[in-house]
Formats: sequence, structure tokens, C-alpha cells
Amino acid sequence: MIDTDNWDWEPGRKTVADLSLWQESYSYTEEFFASPDGETVAAIVRNEDEEFTVATQAPGKEIQPWENAYEKVWNLKYGPEGRLSALISDMAEWTVSTDDVPWENTFDFVWNMALTPAGDHIAVSAQKELQYSAVIDDRPWETQFSRLTGMALSQDGKHTAAVVETVQVLEAEIFKFRKGCYSVAIDGTPWKQTFMNVWEPCFSKDASHVAASVRTNYQDYTIAVDGKAWDRNYSSVWAPLFSPTDDTLIAPVKENGRWFLATDGGKVWDASFCQLWHPAYSQDGNRIAAIVAPDFGLWTVAVDGIAWEATFNEFLTDLVLSPDGQRAGCVFKHDGMWGVAVDGKPWQGRFDMAWKPVFSRDGNHVAAKVETNGSYTVVVDGIPLDRSFSRLEAPIFSPDGSRLLLRGVEKDVFYREIVDLG
Amino acid sequence: MTDSTAVPDKGTDDQGILTGVEQLSPEKIERIINEVLSSETGAKLKVYVDTCVSCGLCSEGCHFYLSRDKDPKFSPAAKVKQTMWEIMRKKGKVSPEFIKKAAVVAYTQCNLCKRCAMYCPFGLDIAYVLSVMRRICHRLGVVPLYIQDTAHSHSVTGNQMWVKDDEWVDTLMWQEEEARDEVPNLRIPLDVEGADTFYSVIGPEPKFRAQLIYQAAMIMTAAGEDWTMPSTPGWDNSDMCMFTGDYEMMERLKKMHFEAATRLKAKRIVMGECGHAFRSVYDMGNRALGWKMPPIPIVHAIEYYHELFSQDKIKIKKKFDRPVTLHDPCNIVRGRGLHEMARSVVNSTCKTFIEMTPNREHNYCCGAGGGVINCGPPFKNARVESTKIKAEQLFAAKAKGAEVVIAPCHNCHGGLEDVIHHYGVDMELKFLGDIIYEIMEIPE
Ligand code: SF4
Ligand code: SF4
Ligand code: SF4
Repeated sequence: MIDTDNWDWEPGRKTVADLSLWQESYSYTEEFFASPDGETVAAIVRNEDEEFTVATQAPGKEIQPWENAYEKVWNLKYGPEGRLSALISDMAEWTVSTDDVPWENTFDFVWNMALTPAGDHIAVSAQKELQYSAVIDDRPWETQFSRLTGMALSQDGKHTAAVVETVQVLEAEIFKFRKGCYSVAIDGTPWKQTFMNVWEPCFSKDASHVAASVRTNYQDYTIAVDGKAWDRNYSSVWAPLFSPTDDTLIAPVKENGRWFLATDGGKVWDASFCQLWHPAYSQDGNRIAAIVAPDFGLWTVAVDGIAWEATFNEFLTDLVLSPDGQRAGCVFKHDGMWGVAVDGKPWQGRFDMAWKPVFSRDGNHVAAKVETNGSYTVVVDGIPLDRSFSRLEAPIFSPDGSRLLLRGVEKDVFYREIVDLG
Repeated sequence: MTDSTAVPDKGTDDQGILTGVEQLSPEKIERIINEVLSSETGAKLKVYVDTCVSCGLCSEGCHFYLSRDKDPKFSPAAKVKQTMWEIMRKKGKVSPEFIKKAAVVAYTQCNLCKRCAMYCPFGLDIAYVLSVMRRICHRLGVVPLYIQDTAHSHSVTGNQMWVKDDEWVDTLMWQEEEARDEVPNLRIPLDVEGADTFYSVIGPEPKFRAQLIYQAAMIMTAAGEDWTMPSTPGWDNSDMCMFTGDYEMMERLKKMHFEAATRLKAKRIVMGECGHAFRSVYDMGNRALGWKMPPIPIVHAIEYYHELFSQDKIKIKKKFDRPVTLHDPCNIVRGRGLHEMARSVVNSTCKTFIEMTPNREHNYCCGAGGGVINCGPPFKNARVESTKIKAEQLFAAKAKGAEVVIAPCHNCHGGLEDVIHHYGVDMELKFLGDIIYEIMEIPE
């Protein structure tokens, strides 16, 4: 949900930072990240006092380190609106800092930093005195748990959910474990129900429901919504997914050795597969695609239950639907090389690596970052651009799809470039 | 096969097995067995069991049999007779007491090392048959306590040792900090998207052997590797669920591991010195998920070290000068044929190399494999008694002058430590990584 309308879409190349100056200024620099609009770069650096901090640079400006420096900094991330956050630590106390403003609460450790699609809320998982909770915008849960994992942040940024241990299991307590000691806590309050295992909690669009995959005993897997398990059990399940428009919930389930796409009470598609995972909805909720293996060792994409004819023999990942849901793209690996396929057709080029395809807003164009012999370029609608970079971020289309923003490094200079696709 | 003679039973005190058996009824046993036989094994198992002509040639292949003064009950064929053969003959109508004994045989009297298969004229894979027995026991809830607990840890944390998400990252940061005393700009790069190499380890490394992560970081840095490790679950490549028979959980674990690497866009996974984890990511787990081969290449530490020396990626100060011998881990030698590469690395790093006999694909298992060591204290004595032949093999290498045993597998380390200690072999154990770290030129 990046608002790209007000960005500078004038074709041309702009120098954002001369990275050789950074090497001169700092004895230690980690990898560079570009802000979404490409107008700044940032990296974790070590300063003259042997402390770690974050430095940024914008075109024509000096390198600007944060005023605060720390014993440790990690997980540096630009939010979609361009704010820069990292996890920081001094004297073994950890917290979050956004644009050099640290939270007031500190913890013994923080990790799993999550941002909302709008970038206006930040959550982390936190540990203090061996008690675990989640924190949104510097506000920790009031309840703590002996174990917490798999934290999810709702889209509106107001709620967190995570898998928690509600009955503490010590090592070797296998019979206690079998009775069910895990649940999902939402904003610190766990479901009343516990399960043998719980994984991958997720929020519905309006955050009124939380679903997760569960195992109730060694043979029975299912999906639980707000603590209540689906009526049917399966021999295995993968992570559930809510529709982006209503409370419909789907999940891949396994029965008699085959995988299906199911909802509570039935199958979504008639077809079954040797494998089915990572379902994805179109924005209007009308279409569903998923990564499937129609036969052992052969991978493709199924849209509304119908698999593409083309199959790939090693791997398929990064499935994405265009905003209008009419088109689907993915990254595949076939005979040892990586490629991009759109609407069932593999693009011609083969690469050492390919990244998730990006659709223009109207769905008419697709671009993907690719790598060959350590240098990167972007392929647009199957045709590679005639430039290459030693480091490159994901391309972004202009609102009308006619131009492309590239953010990358060439010969030690970080550029922001607008390419006219016309 | 003909009827087996009754086997004297000393009984087990393992609470996982005993309590599990208390909760069984003959009906449940029959139902689960027939479910497994009809939907999971197909004709393969029947052919295996029917083809055996009880010739006994496989016996000489098994270190249990050899270590136990050729006690016929420990021959591979007898282990099948005490388990799946009887189950198939009776079509699943066996008693809880039978399941109790079968669980002890399947989980603790076979390392799934596949040595015996080389001695059988029909190439029968006893390890596979006993894996089916384990699968049945898992579904019945009759699993030795310690390995069951490990499988539970896998299911909750994604790793073998109940390591929490924060403890993992904290350990990596701690190792990085220590290593920076030696190399100021060293980094254990967390979640670096687009790095070529994803490095994965097994649960016990952060828990008990963090120095191995330190050493790996030093080696990767010296080699100029573009590498990363994940801050998320999926970092542990090990898999005790594969050995308890919890295949659904094995699938979940392998999915987590491969997706941790592919999410970071790594081109390959380099893994530490572990044998069973290799079997899980290179054979069992990937295939169970529908991948013929791992979705991105898996490079075992031995292959990685071989790459370092054959491509001159690191320099050594001088060769390791104490005489060494090499233990070939079953899972990467019989399972993948890495024995010559291992020898090449040993020769590149050590001055004097003394072979133990037998060696390469004929090497004896350390007795720990197949999850046997993970069944814990209740079975430790029995396990160590079953490695007498291994001790003799080590003594012979020692008599030829070997002082150090290199074992490029975590489990083998555990097993060999017990062998060395129990039989008073008095040899030092090392990983290849220990030796490389000791002799390499430390980067600036
Ligand atoms: S697989 Fe190994 S331990 Fe098992 S019976 Fe065969 S030789 Fe013995
Ligand atoms: S060698 Fe083969 S045929 Fe002979 S007893 Fe062993 S498993 Fe059976
Ligand atoms: S522990 Fe080592 S020797 Fe034993 S089975 Fe595993 S790989 Fe083989």
C-alpha cells in the first residue's frame, strides 16, 4: 500500500550516495537499503567510538548518522512510508528505534519486527526476565507467557496474535504435552482452548477473527478459528488464509495422501494435488491461486483449481496475482536455472536467481529482478532492461504503469533511476 | 521366513514406551497397523518381507550382531522377525506386549545405518522395514520418552532442543561478538536477502556447541563467502521426527527449513557436519514434500570444505600434525558417497592419515545413529554394549598410530564419545571444522 502518486517520476538517473565515501568514513558498514521512493539510502555502520548506529544519505547531502549509537543494531528496515526502524541494544537492554527515536520500554530481547502495510504501526516479540509477550508501538501485552512464537500483526496495526504456551511444558514431559499446552493469545489474552500444537496464527481483514493451524493429536490436524476447531480433521494442513474482503477462511489440507484446498465444511476446489501450498487471493477476493504439484516432482500454479499446463521440475515460489486478479506470476526453477512465468507462460530468459514478479496497478505490465553472474537487472514483460547493477532492490511501477523506479548500485554509486517503458 | 525362536525379554523401563503401551487396546493396534499397511507401504514392504530366505548373510553386516557375540536375536533378519514379519503374518492382530517389545527393537536395536543391505544377496533394506515399525509405533503413541520429547520440541520450536526464537539470535550475536575479538569486522550475517549461501546447523549447536558456529563464521569469512543465517525458525536442519516415524512433522520441518533459505533467495544451503540431517534434507524430507531433489542444492560440510581446498579459497598455516583416523558417517557415505571427498579434505589438512578398517561404505556405525542415542539414558548401556566392534576398530587404528578420530557428524560424535569412554580407547575426537579452524590463516 505504498502511495507512489507524489513521487518524482521524471525519467533519468540521480546519484543518491557515493558509497566509497561511506567506506572512508566508517570501518564497518553493512548492506545498504534504499527507501521505497529511492530518495535515501541507509545502512548499519560502526562509528569512531566503536559503537553501532544507522547512517543515511540523500542526493546532494552529507552522510547523516543517527545521534544515538548502540552496542548492537540489527534488523534495519524501511517502512512503506519511508520511516526507518531498527532493533537496538545497550547494556543488554533491547528496544525499537524509529528514525532515531527509541521506545521507552526496554526488554531483554526483541525480535520479529512487523510493520503494517501502511507503515504506521510497529510490533515486535519481546522477552523480559524469561517471560514473553508482544509489543505494539511501545505498548507491551499485560500478560506474559513462558513461550511465544509466530507473532502476527493485524492490518490496522491495533492487534497482535501469537502462539503461546499456556501450560508450561518442561523437557521430557511428553504426556503433559500430549494433553495440549499451546494456544493463541490475542493482545495477551489466550483462547480458552489449548492444542497439542498451534502454528501460524493470522487475522481476518478487520481483525475480528484469528485463525491458526493446529494438531490435536499425532494423527489429527485441522484449522481453529477463535479457538474453535473445524469439524473435520485431516492428516496434515498448511497455514490458513482469510479472504481480503470477508471472513471466508481457506487452508491447504491433506487427506488420503492428496492435498486439497478446503474451507470449514468442504472443499474449495474439486482438484487434488500431490502438494498444494501458499494459496493467494486476488484483492477483490474473487480469485484464488496456489502453488501445486500435480505429480511428484512437477510444480506449477493453479488458478481457481485449474493448473497451468506448463510445469517446472525443481521448484516454484513467489506466486503473485495482479491487483485486478486477472493475471498470475511466479518464480520457478527448472533444470537448475531460475525463471519467471506469467499466466502459464515461462519467460524466455534463465537466470542464476529471480525475484517475485511485480505487476503494474492496471495489471498490464510485469517486472522482476533477476541475477546473472552476480549482476542484477530487471526483466519487464519478458524483456531484460539494458542496464545492470551490483546491488538492486525490487522495481516499482509508476501509478500509470508507464515508468519504472530502479534503486541500485553501480560502480559503488547508489542510483535512483526512472526508466520510461514507452 | 520361518517362525522365530522366543526372545528372552529383560524388559524396558522407558516411560514413553511403558505408558504408551498402557493406553493401547488390541482393536486400536489392529486398526492403526492396517491403516499404515494399506495406505502407506504398498507392495514394497510385502516384497521385502517375503523375499527374505533367512540365509543370515546380513548378520555379518550388523554391528549389533557382531558386538553381541553373534547373538542371533540381533541379526537384521531377526529384528524383522520380531517386528514387521509377525505383524504381517498376524494381519495386525498383535498384543500391546508385542508392541512394547517391537518398539524397543525398532527404536533402539537398529541404527537404520543400512550396512546390512550391502550383505544381503537381494539388497533387502532392513532399515526401511524397521522404519515402518517405527511409523506404526509413532501412530500408536509408543515412542521412547527422550526421542519423543525431541520430536515435540521440533513441533513447537522448529528445532531439536527447545531453543526459543530469541535464544537462537542471541547465541549468534554472542558468537559474533566473541569472534570480533579475533577478526574485528567479522559478521554472522542475519537474514541477508540475496546472499549466495544459506548456512544451517542442528539444534545442539547453539545449545551445547556454539563454538562450532564461531568456527564456521571464521571459515566462511576467510573464504570470502557471501553467506547468511536466518533469524527465524527454519535454521535447524535436523530431524528426529524422521526417526520417530512422525512423517507429517518431518514434512513441516523440512518445509520450514527450505523456505527459510528460499525466502532469503539463497542459491544453496551449506550445512554443518551432520549425517542424519543430511538424510532428512537430501532424501526423506524433500521427497515427502513432493520434491525429487532438494529445491536448492544442499552442500554437506564435507563437500563445502572440499570446495574450499580444491579452489584454494582458504590458506592454512601448516598441516595438523597429530596422526588422525576418519570415521565415515553412514548417512553421507552409504547415503551419498562423500567418502573420497572426506579423504581429500583430511589429506589437505592433516599430515598423517591412518585408515580405520573397515572403511568407506563398509565402516561400522557408531551406534548412535537412527535416533538411537536420542532415546536417552534408559538405553545407553545397551547401546554402548552394541558397539564393541566399533571399539575394536578404533583400537586397531590406534595401534597403527592414530591419536585423533575425525567424525564429520554430530551424532557420530555423541556415539563415539561413549564408545571411547566406555571401552577406554583414549583417543581424541574432532570435527573437520575443528581441524580447519585450528590450522587456517585467520583473515584480517
Ligand atoms: S540397518 Fe544397521 S543397525 Fe540396522 S540391522 Fe542393518 S546393519 Fe544393523
Ligand atoms: S541377507 Fe537378506 S535374505 Fe538373507 S537373511 Fe538377511 S535379509 Fe534375509
Ligand atoms: S550417527 Fe553417524 S555413524 Fe551412526 S548412523 Fe548416523 S551417520 Fe552413521
